Amino acid sequence: MIKVEFLGPIGKAPIEMEAATLADVSAKLKEDGSLTSWLEKCAVALNDTMVNDLNTPLQAGDKVSILPPVCGG
Amino acid sequence: MIVELYDGPLDVKEIFGKWLDEQASSNYGAYIPFVGTIRAEDDIEALSFDIYEPVLQKWFDEWQTKAEALGAIVKMAHAKGDVPVHTSSYISAVFSPKRRVALELIDEFVEDFKANAPIWKYDVKNGERIYAEERSTPMDGSGLLA
Repeated sequence: MIKVEFLGPIGKAPIEMEAATLADVSAKLKEDGSLTSWLEKCAVALNDTMVNDLNTPLQAGDKVSILPPVCGG
Repeated sequence: MIVELYDGPLDVKEIFGKWLDEQASSNYGAYIPFVGTIRAEDDIEALSFDIYEPVLQKWFDEWQTKAEALGAIVKMAHAKGDVPVHTSSYISAVFSPKRRVALELIDEFVEDFKANAPIWKYDVKNGERIYAEERSTPMDGSGLLA
């Protein structure tokens, strides 16, 4: 199992799922209609490192973070 | 060096003074500070901030490496939670041997901060927190899972 957490204003509790790659995470999150508008503008971190490749392999215990648009300062 | 995070508004004079003291004998010729202050506009009482600290620290570590290569250092402090108008939520500074490096680096650093530091801003109106969506920027790599 891996854990997916939704940061900042998304306001959704973390979920756990079986996923071998980030593509699997994408497919599962797309089943949730409340996330549709978020996914297209969110960046992704794997174990707190930003990632850019859907083929990134996942291992049990990994943490995937969903980061919505930012505005510091 | 860690990102300095504080609950509520920053004590700007205190933090800038501390940074000056820390570098008092480091032989830097230039110290360029930046202060972000909450403006009173659109009837807001305050801005409020959520921060994801692990990714923020990694982003800041990369900037320190970049600054180090130029013989400079960067520092930053940010507020968490509510920050009333006319107080400060964000300050940063660059120290460098000569002014040109610091002037250029503070520009690049603050702009990248706005685009890629994992911090979320909310307007506070009538005690309610409203995500400042239209002023926010998707981070590099956004849309990967869409």
